Amino acid sequence: MHEYSIVQALLTQCEDIATQNEATSVSSIEIKIGAMSGVESHLLKIAFDTFKEGTICDFAELIIRKQPLKISCNECGNEIELESPLYKCTKCESLDVKVIDGEDMYLMRLEME
Amino acid sequence: MCTDCGCSIRGKDGHDHHHDHHHGNHGQILDNPHLNDPKTITVIQKILDKNDHEAMHNRAHLDSHKVLGINLMSSPGSGKTTLLEHLKDVCDFNYGVIEGDLETNKDADRLKAKNIQAIQIQTGSACHLDAFMVHKGLHDLQLDDIDVCFVENVGNLVCPASYDVGTHLNVVLVSIPEGEDKIAKYPVMFRKADLIIFTKVDLLPHFTYDIEKEKAVARSLKPNVDILEISIKDKDSLKAFAQWIDFKRKMRG
Repeated sequence: MHEYSIVQALLTQCEDIATQNEATSVSSIEIKIGAMSGVESHLLKIAFDTFKEGTICDFAELIIRKQPLKISCNECGNEIELESPLYKCTKCESLDVKVIDGEDMYLMRLEME
Repeated sequence: MCTDCGCSIRGKDGHDHHHDHHHGNHGQILDNPHLNDPKTITVIQKILDKNDHEAMHNRAHLDSHKVLGINLMSSPGSGKTTLLEHLKDVCDFNYGVIEGDLETNKDADRLKAKNIQAIQIQTGSACHLDAFMVHKGLHDLQLDDIDVCFVENVGNLVCPASYDVGTHLNVVLVSIPEGEDKIAKYPVMFRKADLIIFTKVDLLPHFTYDIEKEKAVARSLKPNVDILEISIKDKDSLKAFAQWIDFKRKMRG
């Protein structure tokens, strides 16, 4: 249940940005959650709705964009989104692949008033 | 410690103003002049940004003392503490341990009984260690007396995987009695591993456990992962772990 810790980090981050921009409330937060980030989107949503109370994000809507695992092949240049975590090029079967997206959690966009 | 940020005298909220220069590397804030009231801004910033920054700080601190940091992760009961108790008998380097558990000092006490420097962190209800908790632990460890610092994370194959605690390497243990498919079921954790250790392998004859199949799954997640099989009853298998650590120490100069 580390989703609670992640939400706390997210709320602090939103508060910092809102203060920097002299906003009084945050109305919408868009985040990107990688398929291999180790976080469950629905648990994150529940944690967010629990912890936002009394913060600057009290009335904010949380928009979660799920990011599939995305790799590029260093051998043939193939760029693909993977459905399961098999780190292998689907075209030439090379194991020499680079992760482009899908392993991290990002705050992407904030709407505030 | 913390000669650069002075956190030990400033308390817990003293980090931000010193570290603004780092944030430009992985985050940017763009104002959109066409959108006013409500104001929309695009922020591309990792949610665990503050943790990651603290982790960098921990790593730099270990580097300055020429100490190799190893984050030890696994489910509860797979043998992290036992491995650390027995490693001492076969290795030439000195090590200390930062112990993370929800409650009790039992693990740290077990290590201290073997004359291993150990600091216990009780996380309360937290299911993982983060870089801030490890930072506190580092304050209490005598780094000049050790070559390797283990962070024994909370027994859990899920939550610790999301947190960089500021070590150099991740070692993930999986014991034979836990049963097959643990690696496939917890891909995020095993993807993070630099070394996977199968523990309690002396029990293999008593379990239906296809260890070669498990290794293949591990390498589909991480093709270049190192793998060792260990039983504390077999000193040579423990020595192999000590040699792996020695090799990694040399590679860091």
